[in-house]
Amino acid sequence: MNKLCSTQELDALRQSIIKKRNVKKTVVNICGGTGCMALGCIDVIKAFHEEVKKQGLADKVEVRATGCPGFCERGTILTIEPSNVFYQKVRKKDVAEVVEKTLSKGELVERLLFPDMNTGKRIENEKDVPFYAKQTRLLLANSSQIDPENIEDYIFFGGYSAMAKALNSMKPEAIIDEVKASGLRGRGGGGFPTGKKWESTREAHGDIKYTICNCDEGDPGAFMDRSLMEGNPHSVLEGMIIGAYAIGSHEGYIYIRNEYPLAVKNAETAIARARELGLLGKNILGSGFDFDIKITRGGGAFVCGESTALMASLEGKVGEPRAKYVHTSEKGLWDRPSNLNNVETWANVPLIINKGAKWFAGIGTAGSKGTKIFSLVGKVRNTGLVEVPMGMTLREIIFEIGGGIPGNKKFKAVQTGGPSGGFIPEKMLDLQVDFDELTRVGSMMGSGAMIVMDESNCMVDMAKYFVNFLLGELCGKCVPCREGMKQLSIILTRITAGEGKMEDLALLENLCNTMKEASLCALGQSAPNPVLTSLHYFRDEWEAHILDKKCPAKVCKPLITYTINEKCPNCGQCIKVCPEQAITAKGKKQPVELNQEKCIKCGSCLDVCKLNAVDVK
Amino acid sequence: MKIPARQIKSSIKSILEKHNNDHGMLVGILQDTQAELGYLPKEAIMEISKQLGLPLTQVYSVATFFKAFSLKPRGRHQIHVCMGTACHVRGADRVLDEIERELGIKSGAHDKDLRFSLETVNCVGACALGPIVVVDEDYAGEMKPEAVKPLLAKYK
Repeated sequence: MNKLCSTQELDALRQSIIKKRNVKKTVVNICGGTGCMALGCIDVIKAFHEEVKKQGLADKVEVRATGCPGFCERGTILTIEPSNVFYQKVRKKDVAEVVEKTLSKGELVERLLFPDMNTGKRIENEKDVPFYAKQTRLLLANSSQIDPENIEDYIFFGGYSAMAKALNSMKPEAIIDEVKASGLRGRGGGGFPTGKKWESTREAHGDIKYTICNCDEGDPGAFMDRSLMEGNPHSVLEGMIIGAYAIGSHEGYIYIRNEYPLAVKNAETAIARARELGLLGKNILGSGFDFDIKITRGGGAFVCGESTALMASLEGKVGEPRAKYVHTSEKGLWDRPSNLNNVETWANVPLIINKGAKWFAGIGTAGSKGTKIFSLVGKVRNTGLVEVPMGMTLREIIFEIGGGIPGNKKFKAVQTGGPSGGFIPEKMLDLQVDFDELTRVGSMMGSGAMIVMDESNCMVDMAKYFVNFLLGELCGKCVPCREGMKQLSIILTRITAGEGKMEDLALLENLCNTMKEASLCALGQSAPNPVLTSLHYFRDEWEAHILDKKCPAKVCKPLITYTINEKCPNCGQCIKVCPEQAITAKGKKQPVELNQEKCIKCGSCLDVCKLNAVDVK
Repeated sequence: MKIPARQIKSSIKSILEKHNNDHGMLVGILQDTQAELGYLPKEAIMEISKQLGLPLTQVYSVATFFKAFSLKPRGRHQIHVCMGTACHVRGADRVLDEIERELGIKSGAHDKDLRFSLETVNCVGACALGPIVVVDEDYAGEMKPEAVKPLLAKYK
């Protein structure tokens, strides 16, 4: 393909792509994202290619591996054009039937349609599936129809038109004004006004400025950036090019965490394709603006999600943050003005340029504009990516979109904001999701991870989990975080082992407040949030661990005991699975005996017993 | 099995050429070195320091700061058990315990035949399908302790 040298040439290419695609062909779009990979989508995609060929449909049916549509619970997902039929939980063994019945004859395979949770009725179209119906998909809109390796798919949906508009008919200052007026705030966790950040970087002294995309996405439970970078990498590139032009930067970096190999691959492919078309590199689209992007990978360090640590890593140093009284917009990478934004923030930019700041500001709440992608995971029926306007309540997200708690268990808490965020209890489920509201209750928006917990999760164990997570990830530079986190871990371990004292609670609060005030970076400053919110909203569980030496959720191993009750008919299943040979048969029709000294409380016997003969106290 | 010094020297030379001897790409250089040699032998770290002109302490500190790097030989197959929050609430601990029991090793180590190396990782981004275990490039979702043995049996 030749390089495009003007907006007109881009438009002409788009028209020719649209013309090509309007041929009445059936397309089967299959999710090729990492989530579905864990459910065998690679085999499904391969099987479709083979089966379509085998059944002689190769000239009538196109098989497309797409980005992640986000309904991971139901993977492998596929949607069919033009009928919009939505199939879920597709496995390799289903492919031949789908090709023969649906693709060839237009008949439905009922068992692959999504069943309505209440009526059991099978739903045919994607737009009617409740998980999707209540979402407002702006960023994820086209993921299930775009092959991330094919730039033409992106262009078909209007891709790069915002960039053309910005570079060829807008001044940098006007672009910044537009982003400021939109009210866009950073989607990585900080929530800093994006337009303001761009403005500071533009105004900073220096000819060399850097444009950086943070795809480190370290918050466990968050995978929206993974989905965007894997599934629609061009949307991020387009945003970055517009931003770089506005700031006056010619060099860009996308920092992708090491654990996302598919995102790295697809981003590299996207950059290569964009360069070929002259949408990246010298004289982009004939505008005279030069900008190119390099991909760098993380090394497995959560702290490198922090902007100054990320930049240190880009300089070949260890990921140690520095104090931010000098902003990175003035002195960042290599001490030069640098603008760093999160993947989702960048992906919002083309929408704002194309549809206008007013449109964007019309979505969301007074302080939080636009949509946000949340990763709804944990103890919830419909796990996956949920894109909704800011201001929707937690209850709507978790129960109406998420389908509530599986297995008839009771909701206990939702954790937002990753290791920097806090737990929110049931009584606050009507809270509107918004940067400021979440901070007000002791949590934060963070990257958008939303982890749902039920009655079988222990809130003290969860606090300990986050502290230990951060203990392994902190850089070690400053005393309050390095020493404080260690002490938090020691105290929490004692409490979950039944060796806690009531004085520990006051000590914990004291330690937490010190860390909040005195830590060098946000990792240490926000680490207390899970501990403090757990203590504040679930104090009864902490007191049970300390005063009664009990774990009400039956999680903390030193505080629980497994016993066999009289329902046991000596079937012997548990004896087979016990890794410590702690269970012995006592005789025919007599319950088996569990040796408490040998028992490591692994739960294998509980899993295998179908007769409710294993009790956990 | 020790890797010959000559091999290390020439691998590093071509990796550095690929990265234009750019100091800023040190993490990427170390990743490519590990991908080629299987791990980061002491000789490789020293060679990178020498050829790039960076202090040995800096290269060593970066190599030991980031979890992705191993300064010890690794097994033929890399097992990564995700210990992210979503996987944790769905019982990742029990899956890890089962793998440790099955292989007779703790995470961070390799088994005696160098067949497997076991590491924990903090979130691979497939959170909706936790617990996740990644073996080499294969993702296994919704893992349960009883699925561990059949999974490991697939890898010689």
